[in-house]
Amino acid sequence: MSQAGQRRQSILSAVRTALGARPGDWAREEAIAERLRAHPRGTVPARTHQDEPALLDLFQTMLESQGSEVTRATTPEEAVEAIVADLRLHHLPLALRLGEDEVLRSLPWDAVPDIKLCFGAADGDDRAGLSRAVAAAAETGTLVLISGPDNPTTLAFLPESHTVLIHRVDIVPCYEDVFDRLRAIYGEGVLPRSVNLISGPSRTADIEQTIVRGAHGPKRLRVVILG
Amino acid sequence: MTEKRAGTPTSPHVALFVTCLVNLFRPSVGFAALKLLQDAGARVEVPLEQTCCGQPAYNSGDRTDAIAIARQVVETFERFDYVVAPSGSCAGMIKRHYPELLSDDPALASRAKALAAKTYELTSFLVEVLGVIGVDAQFPATVTYHDSCSSLRELNISDAPRRLLAGVDGLTLKEMDEREVCCGFGGAFAVKYPEISTTMAEAKIRNIAASGATCVLAADLGCLLHLAGRLSRDGSPITCRHVAEVLAGMTETPALGQPQKPE
Amino acid sequence: MADASKAAPTLSFRESAAEALADQDLQRALLNVKRGFIAKRAKARDKLPEFAQLRDEAKAIKDHTLAHLDLYLDAYERKVIESGGKVHYAPTATDARDIVLRLCRDAGARLVTKGKSMVSEEIGLDDHLEAAGIEVAETDLGEHILQIRGDRPSHIIAPVIHLNKETIAADFTRAHKGLPPDRPLGTVPDLVAEARAVLREKFLGADVGITGANLLIAETGSSVIVTNEGNGDLTETLPVTHIVLASIEKLVPTLEDAATVLRLLARSATGQEITTYTTFATGPARVGDPDGPRAYHVVLLDNGRSAMLGSEFHDMLRCIRCGACLNHCPIYGAIGGHAYGSVYPGPMGAVLTPALYGIDQARDLPNASSFCGRCEEVCPMAIPLPALMRKWRERDFDRGNPPFQQRLALKGWAFLAKRPRLYHALSGLVMPALARLAGGDGRFRHFPLAGAWTGTRDLPAPEGETFQARYRKGHAKP
Repeated sequence: MSQAGQRRQSILSAVRTALGARPGDWAREEAIAERLRAHPRGTVPARTHQDEPALLDLFQTMLESQGSEVTRATTPEEAVEAIVADLRLHHLPLALRLGEDEVLRSLPWDAVPDIKLCFGAADGDDRAGLSRAVAAAAETGTLVLISGPDNPTTLAFLPESHTVLIHRVDIVPCYEDVFDRLRAIYGEGVLPRSVNLISGPSRTADIEQTIVRGAHGPKRLRVVILG
Repeated sequence: MTEKRAGTPTSPHVALFVTCLVNLFRPSVGFAALKLLQDAGARVEVPLEQTCCGQPAYNSGDRTDAIAIARQVVETFERFDYVVAPSGSCAGMIKRHYPELLSDDPALASRAKALAAKTYELTSFLVEVLGVIGVDAQFPATVTYHDSCSSLRELNISDAPRRLLAGVDGLTLKEMDEREVCCGFGGAFAVKYPEISTTMAEAKIRNIAASGATCVLAADLGCLLHLAGRLSRDGSPITCRHVAEVLAGMTETPALGQPQKPE
Repeated sequence: MADASKAAPTLSFRESAAEALADQDLQRALLNVKRGFIAKRAKARDKLPEFAQLRDEAKAIKDHTLAHLDLYLDAYERKVIESGGKVHYAPTATDARDIVLRLCRDAGARLVTKGKSMVSEEIGLDDHLEAAGIEVAETDLGEHILQIRGDRPSHIIAPVIHLNKETIAADFTRAHKGLPPDRPLGTVPDLVAEARAVLREKFLGADVGITGANLLIAETGSSVIVTNEGNGDLTETLPVTHIVLASIEKLVPTLEDAATVLRLLARSATGQEITTYTTFATGPARVGDPDGPRAYHVVLLDNGRSAMLGSEFHDMLRCIRCGACLNHCPIYGAIGGHAYGSVYPGPMGAVLTPALYGIDQARDLPNASSFCGRCEEVCPMAIPLPALMRKWRERDFDRGNPPFQQRLALKGWAFLAKRPRLYHALSGLVMPALARLAGGDGRFRHFPLAGAWTGTRDLPAPEGETFQARYRKGHAKP
């Protein structure tokens, strides 16, 4: 057996011995197979059992209390306006890096002819990134971004300013609903390379317990809710 | 006259578990406990074969001796309707730890469980079992009440002593900040790690002083000896008494660590 | 048992504790941090009515996982491989160090970035890599500061509370090369901005990124990290190779199980409802991914965990490293993290450290507790910490470790307690004698053999006759 195989054997047999587990114990195997298959939910906080308008308010309140700026937009035009207004408000150049996300690309950018859009993964020099969250959990004001060419992960971490667009209908009550959404996209037991649950801008309190934004990730997070 | 709720047991047969510290250091607490129980209608006996609950051995890892001592306690006290101790620590030992400690011997284990079920700390027994609503005592002073960790977290006692103190004439109770924080006694801990223990006492004393109280009451003599010892070393005028002394109106004895005769 | 590494505790608990108690700056800092975290956790718990229920469920999830750990490890490994990753089993700390070094060498690594990982400290990874000529850059701000100082953390969530901003500014001036010496470093935002810029270069230049894992999920083969800074994400996304270093008990079965635990984790640690970033990483970059590592490796560490399974200390394996026990422990609050001399301090460290390194090396940790019980009260995984510390004391006692004087006093007391007549005869003589010795003073300022008490406290004098003696006199026997 290879050294790697020996090491694996060593741990697994130590665990089995400690547990008194015998090979071929079908009851045990079935117990875990069942849990993995059924993935039962535990208690979901009651705050998520509200109607949609209340959940939307909860989502926004949580995001704001955790340091994000939130704008509601009813039309794609309003969304573009909100995104641009945000750049101006924070004295950022009219430039954004985004991925291949179809929704973001097809926003009515021609209303802002001066805007410079770059596409692809962030390169470390971009000052503002734009992503779309495929889902969000109202429970704690948490956006869900997934890796891939549509919304490269680095957009959420390298630029100092991050804007996230989310469709109102993609805001679900709780984390478990988010997972069900992901299962619907990727299948059972499969996830993309990275699922980032983001609930605010980067922060640290390491020095003298003083909270400072932008420790390593973005200093600010603007969320635009469309719909 | 001790006021009681209606519908409480008449004349239960109660054994007083005196505790080592009360027996050795401050017997007046034991007599105060006796008086409180008798005034509330209990028939109290003090089994003379009792010594210790075994907690020092238990917490020091000497399980063998702890078991031997616990067995003795079970044998001595199981014949009574109730066992009452003027100490959250000792009552907690019997109530929360004896069943596990004696679990190796199934017969003894069930006897331990039975004993645990009828063992109580003094103030909670007075209020919850004997239904005492008010005591006839006076103590004109501003006091603060120290909840020992065992009373608070092992026995969930917080209300009972305060309800009883509310009936003491002239007594003003001021709560201190950070009541849930340990005073630093911890039994042998106080002498195994004295610097840490004393630092914790100092933190507790700052909170006591900030409350405006001139006297600290508690249901555990261990905490009181430790706090009184540090207060005295600090030259502080704040005094310490066991809550039973105040409730029983037996406060002629000097407070803990105080001189025998007034200056 | 774990193999001894640099991370094993030394025998200097008392000296370290004494130093910490005398350090007024540290005392002030500890007081603020402690009060802050205690208040925040209480607030977060109050805002979540389901907290107690979730705690019960989280305990059940971990108990179930541990009872089937071999099967879940197997299932987890298969999923990691399916997603394009690799799993490496490390029975000992030495194995783990060797594996990580080999992976770094295979990747041609010159620079490695690291997210915060207690397991990496446990195995002494940084020194091992640096000795092999690889530069290691800690990226968590607190860890970065400790690294440039060669210092150790004083608190697991707030590692540099023992440092003020002036000290840190001096460290930055010394360690961050090539920057104008008169640049502004007077405020905390100045310092954070500089650290951001300096570490940004490391993030972008790293060949390998190493993170720990708060959780491993068997259902999907994912590793989960929670951070507020985003350094963990930059560590695991930018380099070509990502290595996850995690101990085997980090496993939970499903995403839903992870949600239950995550609901407790941040609330218990810092009082946040959720950390800024909670990231599920699964395998390397997929075809078409414009960013992300090309290689994803998980190093699964045993180092004493399997020995704890099914033992008296089994419950300790439920720990999710939230730090709530530390925040609420009055001893930890008085002496801070350094004094414990272990990667794992406070109540959880008092149980885990002897389990990993042996009770002989670490006996002060479970002994320096007043058993106040607050740790158990706040533990989100319902770990009976005082009871487990007591079990260590039993092992300690059985091995004859306690100092002779202590054992003698204890045995002497037990001897008397088991012999009521002797106990009462002796105490009947001694206590009145002591009372007479104190005279009218009511207390002893010094007392032979009781120096540990009277060094810092007066000893209230006994009243005189014992209760038993007085009672016997006043009552005829039935």
